[in-house]
Amino acid sequence: MAKRIDVKDLDIYYGDFKAVEGVTMTVEPRSVTAFIGPSGCGKSTVLRTLNRMHEVIPGGRVDGSVMLDDQDLYASSMDPVAVRRTVGMVFQRPNPFPTMSIRDNVAAGLKLNGLKNKKKLDEVVETSLKGANLWNEVKDRLDKPGAGLSGGQQQRLCIARAIAVNPQVLLMDEPCSALDPISTLAIEDLINELKSDYTIVIVTHNMQQAARVSDQTAFFNLKATGEPGRLVEVGDTQRIFSNPTEKATEDYISGRFG
Amino acid sequence: MTTSITGRSTIDDDPHDADRASTGRLGDRIFGGLATGSGLLVVAIVTLVGVFLLVQAVPSLMNNDANFLLSREWSPSGANPRFGIADLAWGTLVTSVIAMVIAVPLGVAVALFITQYAPRWLSRPAAATVDLLAAVPSIVYGFWGLNIAGQYFEPVAGLLQGALGWVPFLSDQNVSAKSTLAFAGVILAIMILPIVTAISREVFAQVPTTHKEGALALGATKWEMIRVAVLPYGKPGIISAAMLGLGRALGETLAVLILLSTLSPTKEWSFSIFNGGSTFASKIAGGASEFDTPQKTGAYIAAGLVLFVVTFLVNAAARIVIERRKAFSE
Amino acid sequence: MSTAQLDTTTPTTPPGTGSSPTRGLGERSGGRAAKDLLAKVVMWLAFAIAVVPLVWILGSTLVKGGHMLLEAQWWTNSQAGITSRREGGGAVHAIQGTLIQAVVTAVMSVPVGVLTAVYLVEYGRGRLARVVSFMVDILTGIPSIVAALFVYALWVTTFGFQRVAFAVTLALTLLMIPTVVRSTEEMLKLVPNELREASYALGVPKWKTIMKVVVPTAFSGIVTGILLGLARVMGETAPLIILGPYTKVIATDLFGGLMATLPTMINQDRTEALQPALDRVWGASLTLILLVFLLNLLGRFVGRFSKVKS
Repeated sequence: MAKRIDVKDLDIYYGDFKAVEGVTMTVEPRSVTAFIGPSGCGKSTVLRTLNRMHEVIPGGRVDGSVMLDDQDLYASSMDPVAVRRTVGMVFQRPNPFPTMSIRDNVAAGLKLNGLKNKKKLDEVVETSLKGANLWNEVKDRLDKPGAGLSGGQQQRLCIARAIAVNPQVLLMDEPCSALDPISTLAIEDLINELKSDYTIVIVTHNMQQAARVSDQTAFFNLKATGEPGRLVEVGDTQRIFSNPTEKATEDYISGRFG
Repeated sequence: MTTSITGRSTIDDDPHDADRASTGRLGDRIFGGLATGSGLLVVAIVTLVGVFLLVQAVPSLMNNDANFLLSREWSPSGANPRFGIADLAWGTLVTSVIAMVIAVPLGVAVALFITQYAPRWLSRPAAATVDLLAAVPSIVYGFWGLNIAGQYFEPVAGLLQGALGWVPFLSDQNVSAKSTLAFAGVILAIMILPIVTAISREVFAQVPTTHKEGALALGATKWEMIRVAVLPYGKPGIISAAMLGLGRALGETLAVLILLSTLSPTKEWSFSIFNGGSTFASKIAGGASEFDTPQKTGAYIAAGLVLFVVTFLVNAAARIVIERRKAFSE
Repeated sequence: MSTAQLDTTTPTTPPGTGSSPTRGLGERSGGRAAKDLLAKVVMWLAFAIAVVPLVWILGSTLVKGGHMLLEAQWWTNSQAGITSRREGGGAVHAIQGTLIQAVVTAVMSVPVGVLTAVYLVEYGRGRLARVVSFMVDILTGIPSIVAALFVYALWVTTFGFQRVAFAVTLALTLLMIPTVVRSTEEMLKLVPNELREASYALGVPKWKTIMKVVVPTAFSGIVTGILLGLARVMGETAPLIILGPYTKVIATDLFGGLMATLPTMINQDRTEALQPALDRVWGASLTLILLVFLLNLLGRFVGRFSKVKS
């Protein structure tokens, strides 16, 4: 189920402003890739192009190609809605639908697709919550509002919601930045488990986290203020952290800026 | 929020604490007193409105020989005055309900258009355009409805009466289509549309981006995103928008007064929306020239009191819904 | 629009799943796309429908009343001595009356409204503040005819005064106060608390902080609220019918005699079947709409200079 992502010569715009320039990289299936870099370098922007969420922002558009195995996500015949169903996403702040119960939150994506069979829905809710390591904590209160959970639980609920529709790829946009250390640890453990089934791309501000969870790391940076962000280098996480090719990467990792 | 001398912000309810920001100087006391006095004045005004209407309505109500709530008669003068609000209540109810049935779905749709569908350059002008509907005076709506738009309602009414005339609500009552409760309701719908739209628009615009993106990231289409994220979040807002619109429709005076053909007291009762009639407001405004004896005036004031109480309840309910929403969404 | 489908039909298993009820999730059925399109069409249509009455009313009024406004006498003469059969005369008596009453209404409602808002934002705590806020909401919802009846009950029945222009402005004041309170309140809340604290830190007393820092920061927003509120009450007719009978001559006395206004001028002639009278109704309608729109525009224009943004 997990698929390979091939990004080629990707330029990303907000209206006339070019935010990111010339990104080319490959993400292997069943691996975790971390995007790191200083604020405003465009790493979240790049992430959002992988499921065509970037164009939700008025004026957002891209040049270049993003291939999922052999399918071009930006082909004119490709439906962004179908793309987002295949490439799931978890956001920076946990965003369970506030008006829905825990059960309905997890089932939301399936219901949209017209799945009405209650037994099957319950089945998926259970497997997804188990997959997100949340089942034991919430199984007795599935009909309570999702907003009543703690931040870390909410985030795992959002992960359950994302994997319930059975995506090929899971994108995570700083999923732990709003969480306490213990919840963060729970999410990191979860990422380790999920990577046996999904291709995962995670944006993080936390370099230790990148080192802990990822197989591959991509470092993004701005050439200069006002210039578009770019991909400085990408490679094996261990190599990037121990022996980076670029001076900028080394400076960033050693904490000299950012 | 106030700040104590030590620079500490206080947001608690303790008035003594809040006062510590003032140094107790004369200026502070005068200004604070003026502000508090204005607040109290507002409270006094609303109370006085209720009290005055009640005090002047009661004597007339005591003299009333008919059942005030159930009678259809309206002859408030003479030694044995007989008056009731049955017709007025019915006319007010029917026109307001028709206005709501049209304006609420339409207003919500327009608000969705402005906040979710309109291209960016169109969004603000579109909102301003709908707001302008609120700037047209009531009397102009009435005059325009009677003299211009009304004739186009004839075929619509004719069609409905022809096809569904056997339904009591839709039977033909030999009233010109533009003078019926139905058409008054349509005009009221136009008049409350900007209110419903403005409030719905406000809550739809407040739906957190993260909820909308959460839905989109699950592969929802735009419409599904609206159904999953926008409408549930906005529901209390829509309810209160509808109620505030209802409050306005209930009390709208001139347009209704101009449009509706008043019924002769002998005409048989009908449930048809194609009948003429009166609303509380149109009855009072129509009777303005005959406020000559306290007895007669009191009868109209009694009707006004009922209208006041009803709009009070509707508006209070709308506020409670809004407050609830505030309590539950952080 | 043709839709390329991602190949997700291979049965797949989320962690811990036994079955795979999620087969074919990447597909977007034609039904869903059609619903999405339908919703889009409906929303555009709704907006189009909402615009129709506005354009129609403005169009009718312009076509039927426009020529009246092009005659110089419309802006210079009153209707003194002119019967409904006769053409001619102007609306200056009504325009003047409307403007006078608007100014008096503003003079009475602005201080009360702004001070009440100051109370709610800067002073109000606890139960009293909640009561005041609730009463403002109730006042917002009071139908204009009820406000008029109240003033009638007070002014005419209780005090035994005549129906005069001042009574009208009292009713209009009741209707305008809540709009001023709410818009001012909103603006005051937008003033960042740091500004207040900065002022306190300089040893400025609270009332001076409000007068010299808070209110000036929110000033243009407050003015916008006042203008929009004024625009709303200017078109009110119900209080005028009950409290301010029409007259054809120019009058400036608030406390004695009659004073004409544009709404009562419309109301006077609207039942006539005679063309000169109808022309005057359309002319007065157009004049009133223009006045209200002008105030609206002015309000929005002033709002652009607002120093605090929502």
